[in-house]
Amino acid sequence: METKRTIFPNKALPYLLVAPQLVITLIFFIWPTWQAVQSSFLREDPFGLASTFVGLLHYQRLFQDPLYLDSIGRTAVFAVAVTVLSMGMGLVLAVAVNRLVRSANVYSTLLLWPYAVAPVVAGILWWFMFNSSSGILPYMLSFAGVNWNHKLNGTQAMILIILAASWKQVSYNFLFFLAGLQSVPQSLTEAAAIDGAGPFKRFFTIVLPLLSPTTFFLFIVNVNYTMFDTFGTIDATTQGGPSQATNILVYKVYSDGFIGLNLGSSSAQSVVLMLFVVALTFVQFRYVERRVQY
Amino acid sequence: MHKLNGVVGLAALSLMLSTSVAMAQTEVTWWHAMGGELGTKLEEVAANFNASQSDYVVTPVYKGSYAETLTSAIAAFRANEQPAIVQVFEVGTGTMMAARGAVYPVYQLMADQGEPWDPAGFLAPVVGYYSDPEGNILSLPFNSSTPILYYNKNVFEAAGLDPEVAPRTWADVEAFSRQIVDSGAASCGFTTGWLTWVQTENFSALHDLPFGTQENGFAGFDTEFTFNGEAQARHWGNLKTWSDEGLFKYAGPEGGADAGPLFYSQECAMLMNSSASRAGVINNAKDFEVGFAPLPFYEDIIAEPKNSIIGGATLWVLNGKSTEEYAGVAKFFTYLSQPDVQADWHQFTGYLPITNAAYELGQEQGYYAANPGSDVAIAQITRGTPSANSKGVRFGNFTQVRNVVDEEFQALLAGGKTAQEALDSAVERGNALLREFEAANAQ
Repeated sequence: METKRTIFPNKALPYLLVAPQLVITLIFFIWPTWQAVQSSFLREDPFGLASTFVGLLHYQRLFQDPLYLDSIGRTAVFAVAVTVLSMGMGLVLAVAVNRLVRSANVYSTLLLWPYAVAPVVAGILWWFMFNSSSGILPYMLSFAGVNWNHKLNGTQAMILIILAASWKQVSYNFLFFLAGLQSVPQSLTEAAAIDGAGPFKRFFTIVLPLLSPTTFFLFIVNVNYTMFDTFGTIDATTQGGPSQATNILVYKVYSDGFIGLNLGSSSAQSVVLMLFVVALTFVQFRYVERRVQY
Repeated sequence: MHKLNGVVGLAALSLMLSTSVAMAQTEVTWWHAMGGELGTKLEEVAANFNASQSDYVVTPVYKGSYAETLTSAIAAFRANEQPAIVQVFEVGTGTMMAARGAVYPVYQLMADQGEPWDPAGFLAPVVGYYSDPEGNILSLPFNSSTPILYYNKNVFEAAGLDPEVAPRTWADVEAFSRQIVDSGAASCGFTTGWLTWVQTENFSALHDLPFGTQENGFAGFDTEFTFNGEAQARHWGNLKTWSDEGLFKYAGPEGGADAGPLFYSQECAMLMNSSASRAGVINNAKDFEVGFAPLPFYEDIIAEPKNSIIGGATLWVLNGKSTEEYAGVAKFFTYLSQPDVQADWHQFTGYLPITNAAYELGQEQGYYAANPGSDVAIAQITRGTPSANSKGVRFGNFTQVRNVVDEEFQALLAGGKTAQEALDSAVERGNALLREFEAANAQ
């Protein structure tokens, strides 16, 4: 091969240039991960005065604990519901805005606002709206014969956190879908229209396949979002309750570790959670990506 | 112009002087969990101490709820950034007592610093709760409380009840609540804060029932919970029935965030909550008169209910600070134990007078006569002879255990379990946490 190669005479310079990124990765990612892995094999008192090596005991206990297995199930329900809901809404809104000519910018700006709201603030807003004694939604639902009390009803609590978590993520999905839609060549849809394809046919056979890279990217981002970033929303609304109905994995790591001071089990849980996400991402890239048309 | 320069110069000079004075003072950090009216009062106590002498400055820092304060202190200790003093709630007592290397016991601190220290001056139930097996007090009792009943006299009157007669037994509570709800005087009969502490731990103590083996955990780590007895199951079952009938409203887990508001808004006519809610209740009950009474009991289970047990918090001193700071801590603790400081704190907040002297001072001042109901808590906690079941509870991992009990109660209210099933499951899950704690502290 006759390719031209750039040779850097200075051997140290490239390392120096990547050093800041490496340092950040080491300090903020590798080191804490290492610590979590380490303490998942130890039994420690809260103050860290004494610790004993207990091997895989914490992991073993986790998978024998019905509450933990429950939590995995709840996390799956939550992740699927939030991903489907927020991506579906994002796509519908993006398609609607994409058809607009003059007011598209106004709508895009308005639809982006929720993303700027901090998760805790959003959580508090939902908490107010759904508060069983003073909230507006339970009041309206009472006319429909629904007795809303997410403090006792686990299903309602789950609906609440799904809505709160999805609402925030719709903006993000909307923005990426809109950008994706705008890059679909006009000529293709026009040609299909001339051939007699209706708007639905055009959407499902031309637009959607061309959007698949965006959809795939958003899918990964959304699953990661539900697994990790929904902590603030849950902390501000249900705190994992009632009776652990909304205690998804990431919240359980927090409540067992920071409230319960059981650092060993909490570390083991965070390692398991990390492995879940690594495995999920691997599967996504390995198998799902093959079917994506770039 | 010259005059102005002179003024500025003088101001700068005085600023320099004051900073140099401040630098000579030793700062003592105090992490606490008192919000609202209690927090304001606590800061006043610290400010008064700072004004009373010039060697030390106590800086109170609000760290959120009790559980959050404890967690922050532990995290800070691991990072070697701990405060000298931390306020830990009674639930954390087991954890703190087990953490021998992290804690500087108060009796030892006072002896090392040569400060006068007389444990006999403290109220007996308080001393009993916070002493190690050898009888040494490990943390300074500061704000101890016990649950009592608050009721809305105006609603009682509107419902056709005598506003001067509080319910004495649970049968009364039920009958009164029914009359209140049926007459439309209020939409709910009663609510409770701290469901675990008031309706389970204190309930067991009042009825002389063991909450756990080994003297409720006082005698060792190898303890097991026993609060799934017949009486507790009957009470939980009643709460469920009353909740379904609208006589009782559940106010949420932990402290029960909705309990106060439900009472203040006159939605619920009665409130069972810590005696330290007194300041908040008086502040918020603008449109109605409040009555105070001891907690109700089941007459067929016990004719003479036992004393109630302690809640609230004590001040723990953490290791790893300088000798000067500990000198300041000791001086501050002596100040806090003074009868007038104690009596002022107790009378404002509704916490118990910690020392006998503070209680006597209040009597001399005529405070209890002038404020009917203000001595309900102290009368309730000191009545009769305490039994092994009413001395208190001391368990490891107890914050988690309380969460478990909250969760099981929610499962009961949601209809997923019967009272007995919920309590059995709480005991089983609680015991697993106790074994975990025993194993972690065995070495």
